[in-house]
Amino acid sequence: MSIGSLIDSRDRSGRAAIRRTAEAVASGLIHASGWAAILILAAIASFLLLNASRALGEVGLLTMLTGDSWYPTSDNEQFGFVPMMAGTAWVTIVALLTAVPLGVASAVYISEFATGRVKEISKSIIEFMAAIPSVVYGLLGIALLVPAVKDILGLDTGLTAFTAGVVVGIMVLPTIVSISEDALHAVPDALRQGSAALGNTRWQTVLKVVLPAASSGIFAATMLGMGRAIGETMVVLMLAGNAGIIPGDPFVSVRTMPGTIAAEMGEVVRGGLHYSILFATGLVLFAVTFAINLAADLVLERQRKRWGR
Amino acid sequence: MVNANTGSFELEDVSVAYGNEIAVAGVSMTVPPQAVTALIGPSGCGKSTLLRCLNRMNDEIGGVTVGGTIRLDGDDIYAKRVDSVELRIRVGQVFQKPNPFPMSVYDNIAYGPRTHGVRNRAELDAIVEHSLTRAALWGEAKSFLKKHAFELSGGQQQRLCIARALATEPEVLLMDEPASALDPISTQQIEDTIAELKDSVTIVIVTHNMQQAARISDRTAFMLRETMEAPAALIEVGDTRTMFTNPSDPRTEAYITGRFG
Ligand SMILES: Nc1ncnc2c1ncn2[C@@H]1O[C@H](COP(=O)(O)OP(=O)(O)O)[C@@H](O)[C@H]1O
Ligand SMILES: [Mg+2]
Repeated sequence: MSIGSLIDSRDRSGRAAIRRTAEAVASGLIHASGWAAILILAAIASFLLLNASRALGEVGLLTMLTGDSWYPTSDNEQFGFVPMMAGTAWVTIVALLTAVPLGVASAVYISEFATGRVKEISKSIIEFMAAIPSVVYGLLGIALLVPAVKDILGLDTGLTAFTAGVVVGIMVLPTIVSISEDALHAVPDALRQGSAALGNTRWQTVLKVVLPAASSGIFAATMLGMGRAIGETMVVLMLAGNAGIIPGDPFVSVRTMPGTIAAEMGEVVRGGLHYSILFATGLVLFAVTFAINLAADLVLERQRKRWGR
Repeated sequence: MVNANTGSFELEDVSVAYGNEIAVAGVSMTVPPQAVTALIGPSGCGKSTLLRCLNRMNDEIGGVTVGGTIRLDGDDIYAKRVDSVELRIRVGQVFQKPNPFPMSVYDNIAYGPRTHGVRNRAELDAIVEHSLTRAALWGEAKSFLKKHAFELSGGQQQRLCIARALATEPEVLLMDEPASALDPISTQQIEDTIAELKDSVTIVIVTHNMQQAARISDRTAFMLRETMEAPAALIEVGDTRTMFTNPSDPRTEAYITGRFG
């Protein structure tokens, strides 16, 4: 070994030491931020629980979850969540019925058929949709969809769970498209080739091999979209009509859980029962969306293991 | 059902370009029916590229142009009216790495026939059994037809892929280094399967393993890309035994005696 290469290798080992230190610092930071995320989550949950404790003690979780009327300010106060849970459910169902077919179709188009510029542009449009503030969607809904729903369906008002659900569906579309597209992209090309070599058209291949292979990811996309739809506040506040009845179908005005919290929080006495009840509502929302996101993550993890990516 | 005396290819001055880059040029040869033809040569010499011309799988890759003429049983497979989807029913393919679909063993094999309209359960059952038998997998597989294909070993998965390709009763089976990802025992089983199959189906197999070519093929074509600038060409094609004992081109001799590649 020449002296030149000795120096060179010493220099390299010095650089290696720096790199090792940098790696240790980086991995320390990543671990720390992971723990920080868990701590923040725990802090949010305890904070909600603390503020909801009066409601949980005086009214009780079961009474809230099963109560069918919501009269928070009358003399004979009623704090039943059922009307707003049903309202949230209708908005979410309509949102998913809008977003899942449209979103999966877009993802299939982008992943399996579009190429070059068209593909890039489609992806950019979807990303841009995610960046539009929800209040803008709300305005568009009021201007375009509310009168259309009222006239076409012949309703007394266009402010319905259906109207809000369609707009929320368009809002969660980017989530569904991008996660479904990831799932389709993760399906190995070898499967597409195997199917083509058996005399299948692109369409047959997509329907019979690619979509089934990506189904768990598409399911996860649906779950994440559902989590977002349940929590969406501004659009439902603007479009759902906020009536406190228990809706039997989506073509009536409804109130939702996030909408109720946002609408009433400004008028309650801090520390009062109604205040605490709204925190209990938030706690239920938090628990439901947390569970949904966790389930989606588990499904995605299984998919990653399956394809080794 | 045996496709007697069908499944022969004639290639005339075939060339393939990826974009502007010509990868293979000037290949003229015949592939006789119901025999094994091996394509050999160092890696990167266009074996897979040429093989993919035979079932038009190059159409699936963007920007590929195929020149010259390729006839299957006398019919130009690149003629305008030929549907590549229908061609692939007649010319099946087995890939380098086993690529079973994420479904049961049974559904993997029924996949092709179902595409082409077979719905009757008894008929499908018969096709599945027949195809597995031809791929020498029936003995093992009859007990796990309902099992997910991913649970099979690598060698079993590859024989499943052979069975899957056979299920549409192709006249020709293309195999691109079908055993290169497998252990010696599985490789042996694949070679045995090929020997059984060649009475009923034409086989074109790519291999970079010369011993394998010598063992299993009746006819061998040697391809070579002499410089990175020039496209790959067919150097020599002929009876396998003659080729390995008495090659007519010095480059073939150099390759088979292990001097390059
Ligand atoms: N999809 C492709 N796009 C561009 N070039 C390709 C593609 N596939 C193969 N080639 C090129 O064509 C040449 C032959 O490749 P290939 O047919 O895979 O060779 P072999 O199978 O003999 O190893 C190589 O130079 C390779 O880089
Ligand atoms: Mg190859």
